[in-house]
Amino acid sequence: MTTAPPIDLSPRLSSLDPDVFDIPTGSEVEWRFAPLTAFSRFFQPIEGAGDVRATHETDYVRNVPIGDVHSSWLPTDRPLAVARSLVRNAVVVDVPREQVIAEPIVVQLQGAGDTSYQHVEINVGAFSSAVLVIEHDLDRDICGALVVNVGDGAKLTMLSVVDGATDAVHISGWHTTTGRDSTFIGCAVTLGGGFVRISPSVTYAAPGGNAELLGLFLADGDQYLEHRIFVEHEQPHCTSRVTYKGALSGPGSHTVWVGDVLVRRGATGTDTYELNRNLLLNDGPRADSVPNLELETGEIIGAGHASATGRFDDEQLFYLQSRGIPETQARQLVVRGFFAEVLGRLNDEVWRDSMMSRISVRLGLSTEESTSE
Amino acid sequence: MGSLVLTDLYASVITDDGELEILKGVSLTIESGTTHAVMGPNGSGKSTLAYVIAGHPKYRVTSGSITLDGVDVLSMSVDARARAGLFLAMQYPVEVPGVSVSNFLRTSVTAVRGEAPKLRTWVKEMKESMVALQMDPSFAERNVNEGFSGGEKKRHEILQLSLLNPKFAILDETDSGLDVDALRTVSEGVNTFRAQSDAGVLLITHYTRILQYIKPDFVHVFVDGRIVTSGGADLATALESQGYEQYSPASA
Repeated sequence: MTTAPPIDLSPRLSSLDPDVFDIPTGSEVEWRFAPLTAFSRFFQPIEGAGDVRATHETDYVRNVPIGDVHSSWLPTDRPLAVARSLVRNAVVVDVPREQVIAEPIVVQLQGAGDTSYQHVEINVGAFSSAVLVIEHDLDRDICGALVVNVGDGAKLTMLSVVDGATDAVHISGWHTTTGRDSTFIGCAVTLGGGFVRISPSVTYAAPGGNAELLGLFLADGDQYLEHRIFVEHEQPHCTSRVTYKGALSGPGSHTVWVGDVLVRRGATGTDTYELNRNLLLNDGPRADSVPNLELETGEIIGAGHASATGRFDDEQLFYLQSRGIPETQARQLVVRGFFAEVLGRLNDEVWRDSMMSRISVRLGLSTEESTSE
Repeated sequence: MGSLVLTDLYASVITDDGELEILKGVSLTIESGTTHAVMGPNGSGKSTLAYVIAGHPKYRVTSGSITLDGVDVLSMSVDARARAGLFLAMQYPVEVPGVSVSNFLRTSVTAVRGEAPKLRTWVKEMKESMVALQMDPSFAERNVNEGFSGGEKKRHEILQLSLLNPKFAILDETDSGLDVDALRTVSEGVNTFRAQSDAGVLLITHYTRILQYIKPDFVHVFVDGRIVTSGGADLATALESQGYEQYSPASA
């Protein structure tokens, strides 16, 4: 099963066969930022690797043999293809059609042994609505896919949190397909991991689909965190919004954000906008930000992108301190404010506050006398 | 009775090209319950004076002293100065994206008072102060200074003045960018604060306009980094008709 690469933006080979993909050398545009010494262990099959499983099964969440999963997804790079060929367990989240599920579905993922392969398949039936929270416990290396199918007229809000050991390697390929008039809100919160590469992609199966890709990452020490987005507009009257914000503190942290948006000839009436903002909390960290927009049709509603990386604003700090607020708390207010735009889009106070607290803890800032009302 | 005392203060602004001396020997004593107006032409260093008292990191004090009730201010951090009872209403208040006014005010009041105000009385207190300044309640949910008009920014500064209740307040060009109605509202806010507290006020301004609403006890003319003459409220009237030219270094 192999399709020919397109000749335009992000030529995307896709195949179940790992050997269709050359072993990355670092000169490829997709791998040019990544420290290959860390990621290369996933370029070849790993003997004795375990599987990522959901720690708790519920009405909606099950662990099943990979052979029982009918997935239309095809890997788009070598590590994902290797993982797909070797993974034995699939975590399946099934929301039947025409269900409105008020309580968030929480999925706790856990690997086994030193290294695990992952396959998560999420199906939200037509006209259903659900909130999904996926917690990745990264105490070991993990590579694999997270496949999301949002049915016609359905709405899925997904919060995916990557946290854990700061020496773990994590490669995660997200692929979302949206049905007619459906909505997908996917928020990636990356706090942990030593070498992390998350590639969220979206394709639209029918007209009227809406995708909002949100992201929030916090890099510290020597963490390498890469988020590589690809949105392919093939259908008319679809929207995409990409909003990623990162905060970096030194000494050797490095973040990469790549936002590729491709609007195909037939995708008239497309409305797309992507934004990346990075906040450098001190000297030392490096943030790469690369937005790409390719239009094959001009008959669209809007298309744009913005990217900015800046240092912590001393004037904001002075203003808050001049009102008696101690420096540590003033910094906390500014950073929380910086992330508020992203988390505010989740429309869920409980998870917003929970994420804010975790961010504060990671920043070494007290959550006492919480600033949220 | 307390006092804010500036003694032979020299300060420089730190720029990429080095340091430039702005304050050249400022001496000024402000007693509690009195209002001083510092007036001067553009570029005379009036705003620098305000920033130096508040402790802005862009400025360096090279000699002289500032004391608040006898305690050295210059060794205090910016936030410690505020907690000690100093307040600066800024000419250009800073935007803080993602931080709501209500969150900011409560955090600030908690820091300055040393304990969090009780939620019920706090909401009432904040609302009453906003009503007095003719601010819409929805204002509390907006982000600090983000998208505020000139008048809204100044009202927000005076709102903080009334809630933080400092011992000494410095108002830096609070009248700039205000129309007549906004100027009247903001001035009433300052006058209410003066009437209800025993605070000292340092009013920094280019124009005499605001002095029609806020009556000073003393007026100081500030030129080229120092006070060149001082007097009562009538000095402002003289300045209004004669201007600053007579005090400029060239004509001295």
